Amino acid sequence: MTQIQNQDTDLPDIPKAPNPVGQTLQMLWNDKFAFVSVVFLLIVVLCALFGPLLLEDVATKQNLRGRNAPPFDFSASWPYWLGGDALGRPLLARIIVAAQNTIFVAAGAVFFSLIIGTALGLVAGYTTKTWSQVIMRLADIIMAFPSLLLAVIVLFMLDSSVFNLVIVLAITRIPVYLRTARAETLEVRERMFVQAAQVMGASTRRIIFRHILPVVFPTLVTIATLDFAFVMLAESALSFLGIGIQPPEITWGLMVSLGRPYLTTAWGLSLWPGLAIILTTLSLNLVSNWMRTALDPAQRWRLENVRKQNG
Amino acid sequence: MGDHLLDVKNLSVDFHTTHGTVHAVRDVSWHLERGETLAILGESGSGKSVSASAILNLIDMPPGEITSGEILFEGKDVLLMSAEDRRQLNGHRIAMIFQDPLSHLNPVYSIGFQIAETMTAHGVNKGQTREKTIELLARVGIPDPDTKIDAYPHQFSGGQRQRIMIAMALALKPDILIADEPTTALDVTVQAQILTLLEELQEETGMGLLLITHDLGVVAEVADRVVVMNAGQIVETGTASGVYHSPQHPYTKKLIAAIPGEGDMAEPLGSGAEPILEISGLSKHYGAFVALDDVSLTVLPGETVAIVGESGSGKSTLAKTILRLEEATGGQALFQGQDLIRMDANALFKVRRDIQMVFQDPTQSLNPRMSIFDIIAEAFVIHPEILAKQHWKARVCELLEQVGLKAEHMYRHPHQFSGGQRQRIAIARTLALEPKLIVCDEAVSALDVSIQAQVLALLTQLQDDLGLSFLFIAHDLPLVRDFAHRVIVMQSGKIVEQGPVEQIFDAPREKYTRSLIAASLSPDPDVQAVRRTALRKMQEAAV
Repeated sequence: MTQIQNQDTDLPDIPKAPNPVGQTLQMLWNDKFAFVSVVFLLIVVLCALFGPLLLEDVATKQNLRGRNAPPFDFSASWPYWLGGDALGRPLLARIIVAAQNTIFVAAGAVFFSLIIGTALGLVAGYTTKTWSQVIMRLADIIMAFPSLLLAVIVLFMLDSSVFNLVIVLAITRIPVYLRTARAETLEVRERMFVQAAQVMGASTRRIIFRHILPVVFPTLVTIATLDFAFVMLAESALSFLGIGIQPPEITWGLMVSLGRPYLTTAWGLSLWPGLAIILTTLSLNLVSNWMRTALDPAQRWRLENVRKQNG
Repeated sequence: MGDHLLDVKNLSVDFHTTHGTVHAVRDVSWHLERGETLAILGESGSGKSVSASAILNLIDMPPGEITSGEILFEGKDVLLMSAEDRRQLNGHRIAMIFQDPLSHLNPVYSIGFQIAETMTAHGVNKGQTREKTIELLARVGIPDPDTKIDAYPHQFSGGQRQRIMIAMALALKPDILIADEPTTALDVTVQAQILTLLEELQEETGMGLLLITHDLGVVAEVADRVVVMNAGQIVETGTASGVYHSPQHPYTKKLIAAIPGEGDMAEPLGSGAEPILEISGLSKHYGAFVALDDVSLTVLPGETVAIVGESGSGKSTLAKTILRLEEATGGQALFQGQDLIRMDANALFKVRRDIQMVFQDPTQSLNPRMSIFDIIAEAFVIHPEILAKQHWKARVCELLEQVGLKAEHMYRHPHQFSGGQRQRIAIARTLALEPKLIVCDEAVSALDVSIQAQVLALLTQLQDDLGLSFLFIAHDLPLVRDFAHRVIVMQSGKIVEQGPVEQIFDAPREKYTRSLIAASLSPDPDVQAVRRTALRKMQEAAV
């Protein structure tokens, strides 16, 4: 007990918490793939934010001499470095401008389906059987519908605006998160630390958000990044059917499908926007992989000890 | 030097991890004769299982690496053999049984198929296997083997599963049987039966038995010789009785001193005080199954009441019902005059501060994603009236020091601590709420003997300092003997016997209590030999 009293008088002795921002950046730098991915994603986001503002005119201006122009012609002005499309519009500029719609639709749909699906999944996993049943049957109904068919029906009835597209794509993807969140919640709620929190008197909200969600979340984020690519492609399929984004608005997916008739003569038309989709998805995957490790205290050392290992 | 059946010489095994190289086993030598039982005794992390794994080629390489030494089986070094030759040895000449029989039996195949698989894998004709399997099952004491051969693992009890594992290991009449903590997951009475079975089988077949254990009682019961390991090295070798009575190495001395059940028993507290917890007629039914049947008991302030029973006796259900993790079917539990069972949510929230629980496995009871500070300070978040936010850090430091940890530990996460330290953290968390009663559900069962002693000493000290009451649930009788004021013995949901600790241990009235005490193993081989004959006589008389 004497020790305890000493401690009382030595209050300034309390150790300092490590700086979380510096720690995170250090961990990111230690995983070079994740670092490059984050840089790439930042560029994509910047393009999405400022691209249309700066390049809208360049990207929509037709130039018949530049029809299906081949890429890597560095004598042309820089928007044409990746070539021109069927109407002679510069591909590089169009990809940059298209980033906005693409990212808005994909990020919006993934974000909403992640939030709604996770929330419903946690509720279904933690509350009474009745609610769980209601939520799960709703999910079954959505899943029983082919998602593209559902989108086609809804978009025929409503206007085919960007916002409606986001809503429809979000609804079709909700069951994925819902089912995963519910399954993991059912497992985690039986763990002893949840019981320990109950014994301390923790509220249901606290148990769900403080104890269950952090364990479930990394899995859901991983699914979300994979879903990002799926949503981009679903959006392009809808656009191709004429009920998604309509020209002159553009998205990467739409660009891929517009380039399809020219694949044999001008492969660049589909390749470059396709590459943009692949690289974005890949980057998201690498970042989510990094995040899963960084968020798990038991795995974090893998990112912290890189230097020691090399040295 | 081909004299010994199995001869491990100067074996060293390293594990290469990103934290650097871990020397799991350093320069270890021991040998095993035909018909002999050798026990390797050590606490977790001592490397006791590594040399056995090396024999059976079970070490993952990499990250593992055998850096030196040889393992001679009948004079031939198995480490130099080809993979196919070693496969012929494994299972056929050298067999192994594991701690947790449930996770080592495949749930989708019948046990008969799995035992037969061992035989067919080593070239026994398929037509004969069924008959042989039935014979084996009968030998290891599975009742009704003709029909049970087609049953699946989940249809057996823990003790029966271990018998099935033994049958599987013995299918090909091996020369050596390696048993890695074979009885750790079992109840004391079942443990005694399994150890008896192993002894009988050894006498019949003359095989060498290598027993890996942390339990000196098991050593005393079966071992001829014992190898004591600590931190990857052998600290002492000798006969079981020799090592117990005259340990040479300080580590062995410490280990023997830490064994519970040898100290003074506590005096019962005076009965004048008002009980802090008064349970009467408590019952809990799961459908037709009665988990708790009319349980009544009292706990006085500052008293430790131990509840002892085998698995399925309802002792954990009792704890959960008191803490309202499970709803009781009937009865009442008065805590300071208020009935816990019929309390509304508000009153229950208030009373949560006064009754806390320490769980069995600290690995699972601490949220792996929270730092130690967050784990302990959660008490203050949930009950903000305890402490203003600016004092949280100081209080967490204080609590950590109180349970013997350091203040700088608070930014670490649970996985960075050992089992004993984690249980200290769990205790610090309960103390943060300043409870009056702590329910310990097998709180030290998962810990090594010496760590057990430390945690119990900590609990005793906290009781003296803070006047806490403990409801201490355990399956281990010797542990309870040193620690509790009163003991309650439970069997299939009912209280069989209760009384002061001295009465229970020195003059048990009920037959079940007596059989529990008889089945628990003494660490002294000579005492254990006397007990064993007494127990056998008791069993023969019963038959």
